[in-house]
Amino acid sequence: MKKRSVRVAFAGIAALSLLVAACGGSDDEAADDVAEETVEESTDEAAADTCTTPTPVKLQLQWFIQAQFAGFFAAQDQGFYADQCLDVTIVEGGVDIVPQTELANGNVDFAISWVSKALASREAGADIVNIAQVFQRSGTLQVSFKDKNITSPEDFAGKKIGNWGFGNEFEIFAALTKAGLDPAADVTLVQQQFDMVGLLSGDIDAAEAMTYNEYAQVLEAVNPATGALYTADDFNVVSYEEAGVGMLQDAIWASGERLASDAAYADTAAKFVAASLQGWAYCRDNVEACRDIVLAKGSKLGASHQLWQMNEVNKLIWPASSGVGYIDEAAWNRTATLSQETKNLEGGTVLTAAPDAGAYTNDIVTKALDILAGLGVDTSGSSYAPIDVTLNEGGN
Amino acid sequence: MIALARRAAYRTAMFLVALALVVVIWETYKALGPVDGGKLLGVRILPRTSEYAMPHVWDMFSRFGRPEVRGSDRTVFASVLSGAWFSFRLSVAGFVLGGVIGVGLAVVMARFKLVQRGVLPYLVVSQTVPLIALAPLVVSWGGKLEVGPLVWPRWLSASVLGAFLAFFPIAVGTLRGLAAAPAASVELMQSYAASWSKTLVKLKFPTAIPYMVPAFRLGASASVIGVVVAEISTGLKGGIGRLIIEYAREATGDPAKVYTAIFGAAALGLTMAGVVVAVDVFVMRNRPKESIT
Repeated sequence: MKKRSVRVAFAGIAALSLLVAACGGSDDEAADDVAEETVEESTDEAAADTCTTPTPVKLQLQWFIQAQFAGFFAAQDQGFYADQCLDVTIVEGGVDIVPQTELANGNVDFAISWVSKALASREAGADIVNIAQVFQRSGTLQVSFKDKNITSPEDFAGKKIGNWGFGNEFEIFAALTKAGLDPAADVTLVQQQFDMVGLLSGDIDAAEAMTYNEYAQVLEAVNPATGALYTADDFNVVSYEEAGVGMLQDAIWASGERLASDAAYADTAAKFVAASLQGWAYCRDNVEACRDIVLAKGSKLGASHQLWQMNEVNKLIWPASSGVGYIDEAAWNRTATLSQETKNLEGGTVLTAAPDAGAYTNDIVTKALDILAGLGVDTSGSSYAPIDVTLNEGGN
Repeated sequence: MIALARRAAYRTAMFLVALALVVVIWETYKALGPVDGGKLLGVRILPRTSEYAMPHVWDMFSRFGRPEVRGSDRTVFASVLSGAWFSFRLSVAGFVLGGVIGVGLAVVMARFKLVQRGVLPYLVVSQTVPLIALAPLVVSWGGKLEVGPLVWPRWLSASVLGAFLAFFPIAVGTLRGLAAAPAASVELMQSYAASWSKTLVKLKFPTAIPYMVPAFRLGASASVIGVVVAEISTGLKGGIGRLIIEYAREATGDPAKVYTAIFGAAALGLTMAGVVVAVDVFVMRNRPKESIT
């Protein structure tokens, strides 16, 4: 009992600190107009003027260094941030680090998070705003061995379905709901580890996997029956994007309060998004150079794994018809609607109400795209074509 | 001294024998046990022996010598060693911090019974807070602390969590030790009109040492656990905890690799405890033998 009440107390403290952070700023309509003017002036100057004191910026990632975040590292490495007079510190994530919370607490200036998770935080009181949708498509898969015959979410019935929890499972639940299945009764949900061993040893019938990471892991493992690596032919793959329940994933989130009240922050946000997207454009055109940047940053995952990841991440971003980072209203609404309709294990939904209009803005990314147009950067990638990547054992 | 050396040699030998025994049991079970484990009424009672679940011991050790990622000169051994060294330093910082707080609390509690009655229950409660709940909060609070040019470094959060686990056994052990002075000795000190602090330094601390040493040993390994868990939880880069997670992600294609990091963590805990024992032997070298526990 004691342990529990202490936990509750800590949760209370955490919730309080969120509230304090969220309530810090009051609505300041007048400041808004002033902010926009200043932004335009200073972005015009930024390209021309030399930079004396770069603005320090902290970016919180969701996880460790890997090609999933290559664009940000490329922007740092190639000096795109420096060109915009920014001094960017990239903070890695951890098992218990929630990027939205770090942002709402004011520990960082920007954070990367999946949209559904961040919206849940926003509904709980975190004043965070999506300012650029980096990944336009969902990269979540459910991977199973061929002999399980799982080719669509309908086939999940009665199967052991692996998921990571922590808000990464919403698409699975959305697919189950759409297929008319009850997540609590019709399937056995299994908590998945960081690896795919559960799938390979048969504890899980269909395992959650990102195209750019866990799916590659199974293709890097040796099939004991043949002595060679597993191939794509050994597996069935259900793509949530194709199943119509894909939710928006990696996006750049900013503090809503600071955007509204702090003109310099809004200006920095536009420059930061511009330089980051320039980094992503660089990684589209220089896949192998970006792999090397990520490896040089100290990623422990091997070279072929990172190249695969870079290539798959590019597929989620490019081509970007409305311009990279632009938040597509239809995809946004789909994510929001699914988050409201999808039942979780407790019978509740991820969101109880539709997110308010302030949950995302295309103002910042529009300014960023203007900056990039001035630099001659291709922001739509209409001629983008993925490369072929061969995975080696263990991803090396 | 010779007796001491012989005892140390005997202990080392026994440690190695025990280690060899673990290896033999592991490999025997791997050779003879069912590949897919054993189930009784649908509940797995015997572990699997597949490569994923139980890699060969020699695979684990040979992994140490191979490069961490292909094409790099850095071996896994070098990585594990530098990770362990990083975590070791954080653990020492956490241990020292926990030691100062623990002994300080114990002295105050021994001096004022009221404080003891008021504080001790909270110390017990503090240890029931799950570390993983606390870790992100400490990082978050630390991120806000800034005194002039001094900024809270991220590693300090891990050390603080190490201290959080370490101070408890030290405080409780020291408190018991401080109460352990024989009544006759205390009365003797009183008859000399010795002040409370004199009594503390001349009598109570020396008699407390046999209680404090095991407490410090516990505190040392607790500090390692705190630091490693904090590294995992907050993703702090450079230490052995982070390596465990990084290697665990590769368990699909390279199941032996994660064990190298686990061995590193185990060696780290042993080293920390070993340092305390060494200090103990040094401090107690002039004591009559029977007081060594």
